[in-house]
Amino acid sequence: MINNEIKNSEGISNPPLGARGLDYLDQLESESIHIMREVAGQFERPALLFSGGKDSIVLVHLALKAFRPGKFPFPLVHIDTGHNFQEALDYRDNLAAEIGEKLIVRNVGDTIKAKNLTEPKGKFASRNALQTYTLLDTIEEFKFDACIGGARRDEEKARAKERIFSVRDEFGQWNPKLQRPELWSIYNGKIDKGENVRVFPISNWTELDIWNYIRRENIALPSIYFAHNREVIEYQGQFVAMSKFVELEPTDKISVKKVRYRTVGDMTCTAAVESDATGIDDIINEIIATKTSERGETRIDDKVSEAAMEDRKKNGYF
Amino acid sequence: MDAQIYEVKQFLNNKTYLPLGDRGKKIMDILRFITAGSVDDGKSTLIGRLLYDSKSIMIDHLEAIEKQTKNREDGEIDLALLTDGLRAEREQGITIDVAYKYFSTPKRKFIIADAPGHIQYTRNMVTGASNSELIIILIDARHGVIEQTRRHSIIASLLNIPHVVVAVNKMDLVEYSEDVYNNILIDYDVMAKQLGIKHITYIPISALNGDNIVDPSQHLPWYKGDTLLNFLENVSIENDINLTNSRFPVQYVIRPQTEELHDYRGYAGKVISGIYKVGDAITVLPSGVKSKISLIELGGKPVEEAFAPQSVILHLEDDVDVSRGDVLVRDEDLPQVEQQLEVLICWMDSKPLVAGNKYLFQINSTRVRSILKSIDYKLDVNTLEKDYSPQNVGLNDIVRATIKTAQPIAFDSYQSLRVNGGAILIDETSNVTVGACMIQ
Ligand SMILES: Nc1nc2c(ncn2[C@@H]2O[C@H](COP(=O)(O)OP(=O)(O)OP(=O)(O)O)[C@@H](O)[C@H]2O)c(=O)[nH]1
Ligand SMILES: [Mg+2]
Repeated sequence: MINNEIKNSEGISNPPLGARGLDYLDQLESESIHIMREVAGQFERPALLFSGGKDSIVLVHLALKAFRPGKFPFPLVHIDTGHNFQEALDYRDNLAAEIGEKLIVRNVGDTIKAKNLTEPKGKFASRNALQTYTLLDTIEEFKFDACIGGARRDEEKARAKERIFSVRDEFGQWNPKLQRPELWSIYNGKIDKGENVRVFPISNWTELDIWNYIRRENIALPSIYFAHNREVIEYQGQFVAMSKFVELEPTDKISVKKVRYRTVGDMTCTAAVESDATGIDDIINEIIATKTSERGETRIDDKVSEAAMEDRKKNGYF
Repeated sequence: MDAQIYEVKQFLNNKTYLPLGDRGKKIMDILRFITAGSVDDGKSTLIGRLLYDSKSIMIDHLEAIEKQTKNREDGEIDLALLTDGLRAEREQGITIDVAYKYFSTPKRKFIIADAPGHIQYTRNMVTGASNSELIIILIDARHGVIEQTRRHSIIASLLNIPHVVVAVNKMDLVEYSEDVYNNILIDYDVMAKQLGIKHITYIPISALNGDNIVDPSQHLPWYKGDTLLNFLENVSIENDINLTNSRFPVQYVIRPQTEELHDYRGYAGKVISGIYKVGDAITVLPSGVKSKISLIELGGKPVEEAFAPQSVILHLEDDVDVSRGDVLVRDEDLPQVEQQLEVLICWMDSKPLVAGNKYLFQINSTRVRSILKSIDYKLDVNTLEKDYSPQNVGLNDIVRATIKTAQPIAFDSYQSLRVNGGAILIDETSNVTVGACMIQ
């Protein structure tokens, strides 16, 4: 009743709110769907970059809500480094088949051969940086004008600065000092030929929001997100999965630990978390209690420099 | 119709939803706010402090900024580094573009935009402010109300941001003086009246020391009001969404064209304001064609009604011509439909705004060509005086102008309905967003 009396800054008084309050997950979901539909409405050849990780799985779920019963107005595109977890690849193939959407896979290994690139060396040689070449080639091959990605602003401080429609030049470069103004929920996706826009529909979600949404919507995930026994190498306080991509040294201690993954990237640059969490509720409790950020706990490659992400983005990285 | 009613679970791994139960009762909502004010007034420090004192900073992030601070002379940990995420920002010690930060308490999820104070980057501040329901305007207690305070307050007023907090910062540098604080309040109040800003909440703080941010301050016994976080957690925002005037811009038409869904034609979009019910008589604008809502789908499920800000699919009874850019409204409450618009513009380009130039005009999902017919006046940010024959209009200037669009536009005045009264201007040659328009 009292609500009825109050006028807001626009001078209107609403009907009683009743059950019409949207909680934060509903609001985030609606915003993301709106962004995806703007992509569908504004671009000729968009794509959804799909990695098999939880964020891109949520993107697919949102796309189902945005476009069903119609088909997606874009294919799923995976830039495969060749160092992925098999569980994530299987999940990817199953999902694409199940929802009946087109999946395009391009391999970093092929780019390395075709372009004579130098394979990264070292103990945990990561092809993460080389992904950019394959991504830019793929964009060119299919003439994609927009690429939807699952990056979130809470992940990293350079991402915290990026617009939802982030314009990239012909070389895929981000210019953080000259971003377009982005007002209200009005998105300007106008570009010249050769340029493309990276679109981030879940910019405003946090890691915990993603997990709570996965729980609420009952979204299936690759099994490596849940606690399982795995052979790992301990490296600078982090656990890295044993795999054929790791260069073993005599001093390495290999042990079996119960772990889960907080993010799913390359086997060589993603660390596991020791955990007993076998169900989604356990995971959420652990995420609430953790004192370390997602990247801090799981990425081996970001520690190199303060501006590692900013620099990579400037060069066309996602 | 039956063939078109299907369950979303069909598409989503055959899983069913958890019962609505526990999310219906106590809902956690979202408050989006921005910090504004002049260079070095302490916006970034305030956000750092808010995150730090509410224990929302991860250890590795803290360690990273501690390490960076060690290289500095005074050795104090610089909380502003939490949001100043670009190399250039850290080097210069200023904020260049908006950073978004997130934290939540059991009551609310907060989305914070940390705006730059530097005049050169005002357009980035406007970007952050346009989506905010609350603005915290910081004032350095030593300097009081200065030009940038005024500029950001004007922007807050133009953008009709529903809630305004004035935080008088650096109280530690004025010995926590009540007189200093009160004098600033008096000054600000005078300006606020001129600008028509109502309902201001004033809070004395020290972002550096954490006074009145999360915990009440012992240094400010004379202040009896809320701490900043307390206020942010409790300010009522339910009514910031308009549930009275129904507006639905069509973003995309869904037509599966499969055998079983041969006649399916759904209009995908977001209810930006108001409520739509099955059976409502609606008008398609700008064409004026009429029909009725036959079905509403939310996440693949049929529902009886949809309300702002839900993203849904609407179906109409008749086979009418509707496409992206059209707006579906209820018959009893129509917006204005015009080709000649009076607008206030925040100009955001380094190229000057010139009468006679053509721009693309975009309001929600409608984009049309337009011509800037005339510049009526330019606002002097310091004196608030109107210059009726401005020499030139440059970056960050605020003007009133008349725009003519190539097609009729369905709009509301920005002051009465923000979500259907804001538009952008796009330079056709550079593709850049060059102006923010508030339709009068
Ligand atoms: N003594 C004192 N110093 C403060 C306080 N708040 C901020 N500062 C200092 O003021 C300086 C500027 O703070 P910032 O937070 O970077 O200012 P800003 O408003 O974000 O600046 P821009 O983003 O560049 O406009 C820093 O040296 C802070 O440590 C305060 O409450 N008391
Ligand atoms: Mg700052």
